[in-house]
Amino acid sequence: MDVAYLIETVIKVVVVLLIFSALAGIGTYFERKVLAFMQRRLGPMNVGPYGLLQVAADGVKLFTKEDIIPSNVVPNIFKIAPVITAATAFMAAAAIPFLPQFTLFSYTVHPIVADINIGILYVLGMMGVGLYGPLLGGMASANKFSLLSAARGAAVFISYEVVTGLSILAPIMIVGSLSLVDFNAYQSGGITHWLVWSQPVAFVLFWIAAFAETGRTPFHLIANDHEIIDGFGTEYSGMRWGLFFIGEYANMFFISFVIPLLFLGGYGDGSMLGALGLLGKMAFFFFFFLWTRAAWPDVRPDQLMWLCWKVLMPIAVINIVITGLVMMF
Amino acid sequence: MFEAIAFYLFAFLTTVMFFIAVTTTQALHALTALAAGMIFISAFFFILGADFLGAIQIVVYSGAVMALYAFGMMFFDTTRDVKEKNGNKYIVFGLSILAAVLVVVIFAAPMVTNNIVALHPMIEGAGNTQELGMVLFTKYLVPFEVAAVMLLVAMVSGIVLAGKKMDLSLTLMSDAEIIDAKKEQHKKVL
Repeated sequence: MDVAYLIETVIKVVVVLLIFSALAGIGTYFERKVLAFMQRRLGPMNVGPYGLLQVAADGVKLFTKEDIIPSNVVPNIFKIAPVITAATAFMAAAAIPFLPQFTLFSYTVHPIVADINIGILYVLGMMGVGLYGPLLGGMASANKFSLLSAARGAAVFISYEVVTGLSILAPIMIVGSLSLVDFNAYQSGGITHWLVWSQPVAFVLFWIAAFAETGRTPFHLIANDHEIIDGFGTEYSGMRWGLFFIGEYANMFFISFVIPLLFLGGYGDGSMLGALGLLGKMAFFFFFFLWTRAAWPDVRPDQLMWLCWKVLMPIAVINIVITGLVMMF
Repeated sequence: MFEAIAFYLFAFLTTVMFFIAVTTTQALHALTALAAGMIFISAFFFILGADFLGAIQIVVYSGAVMALYAFGMMFFDTTRDVKEKNGNKYIVFGLSILAAVLVVVIFAAPMVTNNIVALHPMIEGAGNTQELGMVLFTKYLVPFEVAAVMLLVAMVSGIVLAGKKMDLSLTLMSDAEIIDAKKEQHKKVL
């Protein structure tokens, strides 16, 4: 293993970490502004022009707040839970190609940390492990509402992992590879080659499951807002609570990259326009997360389970069977 | 060199995690250590170049241990220590060490005598996902199907165990009995 490769990988890791930690902060600003405009409010306005420095103010608050460990919790698990959420979110990013390869000072850069040939499986697996954060945080807290939130987290994880896996199985059968780069190459022929035209059902299923994987409204019942607490995060304060937040927002950004890469052509033929196109699609899916939060109420846990096991999973299985039959004959 | 470092690091971490899982009296510590150990094992698959198996290890075992957490939540107050009923410690330790040594000997004996030959050599140009599929659907087709049938049986029995009034059959009951059963149901709701 040569030194240049090692240095390149380390630089890529640092760049991805820095950009997406910053984006997670700015994402909260976007969320508050978008929600505010949809509800005919102004949102943050006082700190800086249009409230732009609100992110910095929040950051200062999170970093300087006292780190409280309540007395009845399981200390080790309580401390490690937020780290799991944030760390696994960024680990998942290792297999996502953020941009097409480009040449910088006559050196070809591949904007993907590790081009493993099972990319999509690894990304989804890592995002699944990320739900251990809420689960452990809730179970380690000596608080019944946190425990309730952890139980819901486990239920959502176990059910929707099935839908995610089954929904991408049909596209994988068509492309014949698990690598996100191969998915992109398969669809690089332009808008008519996009997988969303041949797999519309899988696209919608995966999109719905993405809301459950990231724990966003309408599946936000992991952090039960309607009990006027923050679910698993109730007993957390300061930066530990902030890590949960960074993990959630980073996950939203990464899944917003994965959906276009899987179904909507990704960065296309790798030109400048294609790269901008991927960023645009990513921005749309991120905006859609915020839009849904403004427009939809949360579903009840039993409705969530009903939707998963009685609607989405049968549809996903039928989709796979039909895809298999079409490919066979 | 990197492979050796990674192997020893993850070997150490996995052993430590499973040791914690066995020895601790805290249910949450045990479950978390178990989950971490399962995920660290996937590193060995990645080191060996079996990316697909590594990712599957993460996906399957993180879900499986999650189900264990759900049971832990139902049976224990996970923030308190569990009082364990330990029998004779020497017998337990002796038997477990003996079992461990036996397992190692069983797996190591063919290697020592160099009897292990790769029955399915790598096919040029196929990724390890395809390789796995080929072996699974040719040589190991029967075990694979048997496993599928076993899982189906487990699923059906799970539904029967968890379902209510599975011993009643609407087709065998008369209309009057069905109406009675419905009334009974309504009574319970009220």
